[in-house]
Amino acid sequence: MNKFESVRQTGQGKQIGRRQPRVEDDALLQGRGRYADDLAVAPGTLHAAVLRSPHAHARLVDLDASPALAMPGVHAVLTGEDIQRWARPFPVGVRQPMEHWCLAVDKVRYVGEPVAVVMAESRYLAEDALEAIRVEYEILPVAVDTETAIAEEAPLLHEAVGSNVVSERHFRYGDPERAFAEAEHRVSLKVRVPRSSCTPMECYVVLAEYDPASASYDVLSNFQGPYALHSVMARALNVPGNRLRLRTPPDAGGSFGIKQGVFPYVVMMGLAARKAGAPVKWVEDRLEHLQGASSATNRVTEIEAAVTGDGRVTAMRWDQVDDCGAYLRAPEPATFYRMHGNLTGAYAIEHLQVRNRVALTNKTPTGLNRGFGGPQIYFALERLMQRIAVELELDPLEVIRRNLVPSGSFPYRAAAGALLDSGDYPASVEQGVRDGGLDELLARRENARREGRLYGIGYTVAVEPSISNMGYITTAMTPEERRKAGPKNGAVSTATISVGPLGDISAHVSSTPQGQGHRTVVAQVIAEVLGVSLESISVNVELDTGKDAWSIASGNYSSRFSGAVAGAVYQAAVKVRDRLAGIAAAQWQVEAARIRFAEGQVRVEGGELTMPFGRLAGATHWAPGTLPDWEPGGLRETAFWSPPQLEAPDDDDRINSSLCYGFIFDYCGVEIDRITGRVTLDRYVTLHDAGRLLNPDLVDGQVRGAFAQGLGAALMEEFAYGDDGSFQSGTFADYLVPTSVEVPEPLILHRETPSPFTPLGAKGVGEGNNMSTPVCIANAVADALGIADIELPLTPSKVRALIGIDEPPCPQGVGEDQAAPAAGGGSRLTASDSVTLPGSPRVVFDTLLDPETLQAIIPGCHALELTGENAYRADVTVGVGMIRARFDARVALSDLDPPHSLRLSGSGTSAMGSADGSARIRLTEIEDGYTRLDYDYDASVGGKVASVGGRMLQSASRMIIGQIFSRLSLRMGGTAPRLSLWQRFKTLFGRLGGRS
Amino acid sequence: MKPAAFDYLRPSNRREACERLHEAGDDARLIAGGQSLMAVLNMRLAQPRQLIDIAGIEDLHFIERRDDHLAVGAGVTQAELLEYPGLAEAVPLLAQAMPWIGHWQTRNRGTVCGSIAHADPSAELPLCLVTLEGQVVLENRRGKSRRVMAGDFFQGVLTTDRRQDELITEVRFPLARPGLEYRFQEVSMRHGDFAIVALAGVIDGARVTLGVGGVADRPVCRVFDRHEDPGETLNAFAWSLGAEDDAHATAAYRRQLIRERGRELIAGGPSDEEIAHARQG
Repeated sequence: MNKFESVRQTGQGKQIGRRQPRVEDDALLQGRGRYADDLAVAPGTLHAAVLRSPHAHARLVDLDASPALAMPGVHAVLTGEDIQRWARPFPVGVRQPMEHWCLAVDKVRYVGEPVAVVMAESRYLAEDALEAIRVEYEILPVAVDTETAIAEEAPLLHEAVGSNVVSERHFRYGDPERAFAEAEHRVSLKVRVPRSSCTPMECYVVLAEYDPASASYDVLSNFQGPYALHSVMARALNVPGNRLRLRTPPDAGGSFGIKQGVFPYVVMMGLAARKAGAPVKWVEDRLEHLQGASSATNRVTEIEAAVTGDGRVTAMRWDQVDDCGAYLRAPEPATFYRMHGNLTGAYAIEHLQVRNRVALTNKTPTGLNRGFGGPQIYFALERLMQRIAVELELDPLEVIRRNLVPSGSFPYRAAAGALLDSGDYPASVEQGVRDGGLDELLARRENARREGRLYGIGYTVAVEPSISNMGYITTAMTPEERRKAGPKNGAVSTATISVGPLGDISAHVSSTPQGQGHRTVVAQVIAEVLGVSLESISVNVELDTGKDAWSIASGNYSSRFSGAVAGAVYQAAVKVRDRLAGIAAAQWQVEAARIRFAEGQVRVEGGELTMPFGRLAGATHWAPGTLPDWEPGGLRETAFWSPPQLEAPDDDDRINSSLCYGFIFDYCGVEIDRITGRVTLDRYVTLHDAGRLLNPDLVDGQVRGAFAQGLGAALMEEFAYGDDGSFQSGTFADYLVPTSVEVPEPLILHRETPSPFTPLGAKGVGEGNNMSTPVCIANAVADALGIADIELPLTPSKVRALIGIDEPPCPQGVGEDQAAPAAGGGSRLTASDSVTLPGSPRVVFDTLLDPETLQAIIPGCHALELTGENAYRADVTVGVGMIRARFDARVALSDLDPPHSLRLSGSGTSAMGSADGSARIRLTEIEDGYTRLDYDYDASVGGKVASVGGRMLQSASRMIIGQIFSRLSLRMGGTAPRLSLWQRFKTLFGRLGGRS
Repeated sequence: MKPAAFDYLRPSNRREACERLHEAGDDARLIAGGQSLMAVLNMRLAQPRQLIDIAGIEDLHFIERRDDHLAVGAGVTQAELLEYPGLAEAVPLLAQAMPWIGHWQTRNRGTVCGSIAHADPSAELPLCLVTLEGQVVLENRRGKSRRVMAGDFFQGVLTTDRRQDELITEVRFPLARPGLEYRFQEVSMRHGDFAIVALAGVIDGARVTLGVGGVADRPVCRVFDRHEDPGETLNAFAWSLGAEDDAHATAAYRRQLIRERGRELIAGGPSDEEIAHARQG
């Protein structure tokens, strides 16, 4: 379903703007892609496995790698001590006394934080050895929830900072105070955007070598850029830039920003290779990726608008808190500032007040993620516009229309500094209304509502920034700090084209594509300029910092390819063309302006003279002596391009954070099932004005992909953390990504208003729906349910709660002693139960204090060793069903109040994670010499098992703890084992008149 | 995500498999399709020293329609059972429920008995077996066979009545009886995901057996009278299952689905006249 409205500006070759199938696809579809993991490695390469923290916050007390080193096939273990000797902390964008190293050195601050690296002869052996490393942690209180973490009394992640707020900036544009004072209405909203990520199929891969002779690192990784991080890596490795050669593989299996986050591992594996004295290969697995790679920041926003009586917004106040996880990792706090210039979206809003705070919490550090900063901004802004419509009783689309940047006002300088380059927003909206069939959708809503169904329509407009300004991140600094540091701005892109002796064309771009089809478009641009066939062009997109033309803005991010990289390709192609035209003109004695390139031939316009392209170009190699004097011979041209519009932030903090701003108008109709709460998209319309389209097929592919991810963020994706900081989304059965079954086909509409600032008039288009789709669906759900507070993801359970569950109470006697729900959800498990034992409380009490009894009643206890008064070290194998792990555990009895009560507690670690808990035990004498033992327990599990086993943890822990007391009962000669909870339910049912 | 080292055994008959199980004790695990076990091994949530693969045991590979039940051998994959001709007529509940099990790819490898042995509380096959009052047949190293009613077989999360040296040789699904209606419904996040709530129903005139999966630590059944308002008993049933919050759904949501979807299931279905008619036919 694609409606393509073209204002096409194709050149003479008619390649640019064509729906050209991707040249990449043949190889990829036949399994012949060459991904990082497929590439041959040097002989003697060792395989690395990373030991990760099972705790969200703990002091590293001791680390003993010697048992691991003694294992067969293990060559070396890299620890925090090594890296402190050889490396440095990563530089960050704000001045604070906090350090982030590639391995934990003093504390661990999130579950999954790397603690050590094992290098062994296979990944299997390396993983075996991970289990042998002994780490002693002193567990610290956690700061997990963003708003709690910024409160005064919260546990600190980085003590020297004195706060978990590591950056706070205030901005004021225009006269917001006056606008608010004069406003007829004020509409405000508080929203939270959860953590999620665009998960690539291929995870991180690093192949690293260290050459002691030149003290240099040579690393191949599926790093995507930006190459500003090359400097960050080189500084962390403590080497000059030319001693870190960084290369990328021919193909990459998706990134969506995430592979920016491989950079700490580039440093880590470089150091690992140095430690092992051998090349090292590391391939991240899915659990590592979901748990510890990166994520979008979660954000809490309070937003308020000053609104006139007819729905015109005159001013806005933003108060935002970004949660960047445990460390501020470059380029954070960029999530804020990438979107800063265009905070007012597609609207003409003059007055603006902003407070941005960056919080650190015990969660995985954040980073680039498709739509970077956009979903957070638009969720607040577009939900607010919908609320304005509701509160002022206006049509939401009318509120949008009244606030759009007017036609004919481009380039338009937005309040915070964005220079909106081109577009016609009102006309785009009308096109979308007309071609997307809004009237029909409105009729469907009316009809559905008449039938009592829950149906809603949501709207969103957005500007989609592309080609970020390398200086935007300095908006996080004050003007004074910026003056001291020196200006940063621009966005240099590069392309190189060479023509070989046979007239064959090779191109190189430093754009590190992750599956988008850059090779196709580069070839299209060159084919058009040089009038040759696509087949004659070979495009290389591998980047080698040791050999290729690159700059800090190189890489694949910020939707910069079509505007910046393809533009540089165009410029390099023009340089080649102009040189060849000069040669031909000299040979034919005509003006160079009359030389034309088409269909593999060079000819004179309006003349007979013609020559094959290959012959003309070949002459630069074969017969340089025949060329005009000014021609040096050979044919290789590199273009560097940086747009002048990308200036550094000014002293009033105005920043043109991106070069181009596409326009998006989305709307959708959703229906909600009243019982299950499931949200079904009836229709989704998305209109894009991304400037000139270089290949509409690829554009549609980008829109579909971003839409699918936006849908995922809206309906199912969330990185869930427990109150204790345990990570709970460690598999694709826990972190749910929509599949083809769940993603309907959107109706894609186009409009082309070329950008005046890019060589080809193209803008980025790859991230828009990540920004617009989540809030568009949220607005539709808000419309269907008539509610203001909407939090993503809109899972069936959450939506059903919004519809309302009028729950009848639990009938008396049923489940009243049932496990209390874990506080706040998560991996904290609490429950209570009781068991009847033969013997007096005194006998029971004494039995519990007997070590032999303890060993006998702890399920799977192989050995128990006294370590202090009523304290033991135990070797315990615990599990349910096929799942089993051996714990090195501490068991203790405390709070002894004989013969009434005591506390039994235990904690331990195993290959599958950590567990600790305690049970308060009360003994009450009942008739006939029996004792009732009541227990309440509170347990928590962390590490891998919490990440992948969340669904069953409650039941499993209940079963294991229950076993302790049923074994006690058996040991004490209790003839009839206690009635299990289950049996008691059955009995109750009998009483309630049912049959079981 | 690589498993710890293990020995891989591929016995050719049942007795040998049971012998190996007995010898290795808790250090051995049976593997058939491996759709749950392989993930557990790769994540090192278990490190058995031996894996005993029963896929090579020829006489476990059967689907047999007998007098009153359909017997499915331990070598049969979910895909094979789903493609069994006449499944919809023989055990209609299975024909409805099985497309909900994972995806094509997992059903091509995963076995029917493997799912029963694994006893995942959200799994569809244990729920069907319990609701239909089917049986599990186990055999030990002495060749002694015993049958266990499904309702007694499942004992908790991933926990069953299978003994150390026993192999599940087959499961028996009672054949459909004329006039009875079979219903299956599931609510999950995406198609193929673990059930948030799965409901299986057998409508036998005024008597409706309702089984619930995905909520308690095992599938649980209750019998309802279609002519009575099930509101109170359904609510008691919903509360009794000890529903828990997890990352995808709250306990209250699960209870509500049991109440509302359960009511639909009990009240829906054919009328008394239709049932009477079907019985005559």
